[in-house]
Amino acid sequence: MKWARIMAIAFLLVVSAASLLANFVAPASYAHQFRDVPDAAPSRQHLLGTDDLGRDRFSRVLYGTRVSLLLAPAAALLASVLAALVGGIAGFVGGWVERCVMAATDLFLSLPWLFLLITVRALLPLNVSPVTSVVITFALLGCLGWAGAARVVCADARALSQSDFVLLARASGSAGIRLLWHHLVPNLKPVLYAQFWISVPVFMIAEANLGILGLGVAEPLPSWGSLLRELESFSTISGQPWQFVPLILLIVVVSSFHLVLTQEELPV
Amino acid sequence: MRGVLKLAAKILITVLLGGFLGATLVRLAPGFGVDEEELDPRLNQQSIVALRQAHAPESNLMVLYFHYLDRLLHGDLGISRTLQRPVRQLLVERFPETMKGVGLGLALGWTLGLGLAVATVMSRAWYLDLSAGILAGLLLCLPAAVLALLFVLAQAPARLILGLIVFPKVFRYSRNLLARSSALPHVLMARAKGLGNLRVLVWHILPTAAPQLLALAGVSVSVAFTAAIPVEALCDLPGIGQLAWKAALGRDVALLINLTMIVTLVTLVANSASDLMGNRFRRAEA
Repeated sequence: MKWARIMAIAFLLVVSAASLLANFVAPASYAHQFRDVPDAAPSRQHLLGTDDLGRDRFSRVLYGTRVSLLLAPAAALLASVLAALVGGIAGFVGGWVERCVMAATDLFLSLPWLFLLITVRALLPLNVSPVTSVVITFALLGCLGWAGAARVVCADARALSQSDFVLLARASGSAGIRLLWHHLVPNLKPVLYAQFWISVPVFMIAEANLGILGLGVAEPLPSWGSLLRELESFSTISGQPWQFVPLILLIVVVSSFHLVLTQEELPV
Repeated sequence: MRGVLKLAAKILITVLLGGFLGATLVRLAPGFGVDEEELDPRLNQQSIVALRQAHAPESNLMVLYFHYLDRLLHGDLGISRTLQRPVRQLLVERFPETMKGVGLGLALGWTLGLGLAVATVMSRAWYLDLSAGILAGLLLCLPAAVLALLFVLAQAPARLILGLIVFPKVFRYSRNLLARSSALPHVLMARAKGLGNLRVLVWHILPTAAPQLLALAGVSVSVAFTAAIPVEALCDLPGIGQLAWKAALGRDVALLINLTMIVTLVTLVANSASDLMGNRFRRAEA
């Protein structure tokens, strides 16, 4: 499976580079409307045609990939940091602190993920600027996605805090923050790394679900969710197979993350 | 009996804490304490003040929570702000539809997932393992909403979607679990003694994997309920998933919280039942 992992990493790098360089690679802005050619077929000017508002679909795919590909890892990082704080401290301190924190985590985990997500999303304004909607969507994913990872981190931190080298560190006078920072956190890195990689594709899929339901990133800013929303116009899609490009890209990117993840999980 | 009581207490505490969290969210929701009647031009200032005073006690979170619990005990879940109908009535109408979909989805997902996992592990055929793995991997990469849209495009029966969402999770987990169980020394010994595949599976592999499979069954209920939102919203199935979506778009927080609490209760009961059965299996194995 080594070649598959290398290919997955290479593909992710190419897609990331193309989306980061969207300002230079894309033939037009994601919001620019070519009013003369709405719903156009692919051509030299518009590689994937245009949407019903005349916007270049290739440009929108590039910019949308940038939004999803950059912000899902950012949300995953936020979730991993929260998990490290909550789970790490609970596992390190132990006793009633650990029991209370884990009970709160269990409560959080028992709430169905998408129900909780749309409930909290509904509390926040829906009619916001596109940039604010991006921040809200991914911050929500990060803030609500820590619980599963926190359990794993807590179990790991508990095991580490009872290990021989921590006992030795305690015996040589190391305690509190110093013990946590110098001995526990470095050893928690592999599990946090794995949790981060697990969260990235999960958040990408969650954003796509929210976007299709109209609760994600607001127009005209594209994301995979809003691009996939085009599939709703099913009466016109039979003659426009290029509309499936964002879907194929999503599948390949998420599969690539899964392939990278399988290898990353091994050392844990 | 002690285990059942412990789980019932856990469910009760979770529901009470969840209810408190819900009440907090309702209190913080935009528009809380504002009555549309205040906009009625026929009302004078005194009437508006009286209306505000009627809502004043509920601005205290604890009062709001205890009022909510009191109403809940009397079967009153409040009125949906967007649909202007009692939440209880909406649930009675829509819950059976979702339960039907979730039940069918779970049955299909488990039949396909466990069936393919058993076939893969018992046959040890690499092509079957590879093709089932690719199919499960592909379905894992598809958001539930996309799958729903594709089913709408293909005009396929929407009730099958939940099954396809549950299937890859069941397949991957149970395949790994069964493969690990089938490599245990007592299973190898049973094979060496000449026991048939079916007998090895039923008497030696499945009992070892049963507790974890039951835990997975509990988790799959939550997965199916979560996927019900996009599926029902996009395939126009009148269940609680669609209701939750409409409530989210209309920012009907009270309705959303009631729905979340009810789905949480159902998933908690399912998880607790699977935990209990799993523990029983473990004790019997020991």
